[in-house]
Amino acid sequence: MDFEFSDEQKAFRKVVREFAEAEIAPYAEEWDRTHEFPTETVLKMGELGLFGLPFPAEYGGSEADFTTLCIAIEELARVDQSMAITLEAGVGLGINPIAVYGSPEQKERWLPDLVAGRSLAAFGLTEPDAGSDAGATKTRAILDGDEWVINGSKAFITNSGTDITSLVTITARTGQDEISTIVVPADTPGLTVEPPYRKMGWHASDTHGLRFDDCRVPKENLLGERGRGFHQFLAILDDGRIAVAAMATGVLQACLEHSVAYAKERTAFGRPIGANQAIAFKCADLETMTEAARLLTYKAAWLKDQGLPFKQAAAVAKLYAAEAAVTATREATQIFGGYGFMDETPVARQYRDAKILEIGEGTNEIQRLVISRGLGLPVER
Amino acid sequence: MKIAVCAKQIPDPATPYELDPEHHWIVRPDDQILDDTDRYGVEIGLQLAEASEGSVTLFSMSPAGNLQGIRQALAMGADKAVIVSDPALKGSDALVTAKVLARAIQQEGFDLVIAGTESTDGSAGVLPQQLSELLEVPALTFAKAVEHDGDTIRIHRQTPDGYDEVEATLPAVLTVTAGVVEPRYPTFKGIMQAKQKPVEQLTAADLGFDATEVGAAGSAQYVRSVTPVPARQAGEIVEDDGEAYRKILEVLEQAKVV
Repeated sequence: MDFEFSDEQKAFRKVVREFAEAEIAPYAEEWDRTHEFPTETVLKMGELGLFGLPFPAEYGGSEADFTTLCIAIEELARVDQSMAITLEAGVGLGINPIAVYGSPEQKERWLPDLVAGRSLAAFGLTEPDAGSDAGATKTRAILDGDEWVINGSKAFITNSGTDITSLVTITARTGQDEISTIVVPADTPGLTVEPPYRKMGWHASDTHGLRFDDCRVPKENLLGERGRGFHQFLAILDDGRIAVAAMATGVLQACLEHSVAYAKERTAFGRPIGANQAIAFKCADLETMTEAARLLTYKAAWLKDQGLPFKQAAAVAKLYAAEAAVTATREATQIFGGYGFMDETPVARQYRDAKILEIGEGTNEIQRLVISRGLGLPVER
Repeated sequence: MKIAVCAKQIPDPATPYELDPEHHWIVRPDDQILDDTDRYGVEIGLQLAEASEGSVTLFSMSPAGNLQGIRQALAMGADKAVIVSDPALKGSDALVTAKVLARAIQQEGFDLVIAGTESTDGSAGVLPQQLSELLEVPALTFAKAVEHDGDTIRIHRQTPDGYDEVEATLPAVLTVTAGVVEPRYPTFKGIMQAKQKPVEQLTAADLGFDATEVGAAGSAQYVRSVTPVPARQAGEIVEDDGEAYRKILEVLEQAKVV
């Protein structure tokens, strides 16, 4: 058994931490306040090669393993979840479907810019009436000659309306019991990007609803096999769960560091608040949760990298890490007392941002369903 | 252009390090990092090499150990490294270090040698000038901007009040200040490639030195004693009676900040 990251992974973690501390942390509060998607910073993340980490060198990627991608996501989330989800969604939901299911022509056309981080792709799965129940997709695509004609709407789509968004991959009903995946270039007439949502957190992350009104794309924009859309996005979501667990781990690490530092520095009744068991034990719990989340996350990432089954491990890691992150941000906010309730305090931002970790890429309830089915229980079949 | 960049591995300034009680030398941990001031030298070296289809070779005198700091510079994009690593070098002063590096650089050949102005751990700030003497080439120092045109290097040399424009014909030695360029972050691809890049390890004997010429034995300089830095004094408080800005301006002028 070996719990060590490789020397290269350690060196890379250091670089990403340095980047995050210098290029993101000083501005995260402002972006949170102004709800600004920092395009320039995202382009810098591209220059650092973050969006190309797990992809083939022929498209400009680094051929890194999934563990290395998780390290990058964890380090970004440690200072700002908005930038972490921008990377996570950009890679996992944006680029991955094209890299995995795309034809050589589709890869050639889209991957070089996406992998270099010069453009972003989004994944349109969720609909106003179809979230966890993705099979209830209502958006339709009908073949009319050489074109798909798309009608419908999508909700909560990350990275779908930035200045550098080049495409949205959507799931659409292409027959009675048939869901397929289709690539819609961002400038396609009939595609409307709705105004950004007013979210509780992740303010600097770009999230929009999308509307398709007789939106026409060429027939060859079908991604992978017709009718395989359901299987495709389920596989994509398994990867995403580990990545969200990595985000949650970064959040936990941030809570731990901020809380311990504050517990040593802040005095009350003539001594540091960390001298009180009530505070010290909270810090001990944060350490324990952080360690557990990290181990679950990287165990799942390791399984994936080894080509071993990881569905169960991914669901376990995502469920535990997300719940732990929400608990940790609440407790860290408590340690910060009145300052913890001020928006500009990093743990306050992390608190607002963390809740979505229990919802996105499979809710806690869906994870429990996956896990209990993995145990062989005939639950809700 | 063939560019030699001096790169020093130092203990991480974020973690306190010790001096050995007898010689007052830094007790070097196995894990050392690239001196932050050298990242600027590496970056300007890479930019000049990219513009002239040249190459960047790193030179370092460093005890054997892991080469984490050198790998950091290779990950930024330097082509290879030459490390002079030999227990006999322990205790070398700046001049001996310069002699060792000069011979290694000469052996490799160079058009331009780039260094930081001074290292973060030793802070002697004399090595580059010694190198230029030993290599018998001009030294352009404290560059805050660098321009290259054929055989000529032109710099803005930082002065207390502004800068001087200085130029020299290659070959030359150049020292750069922090801020001359924004050093790039190594990418994961760069980190992986750094593993494969050649790191040549030489001993003092490989460069033709015998044991009496290097290390403590060959050094004229030694540290007699060290004293801890005095604790920082409380700053001066200027009470604002409406005229405080004058006083503040005076202090800033004295510090040559404005």
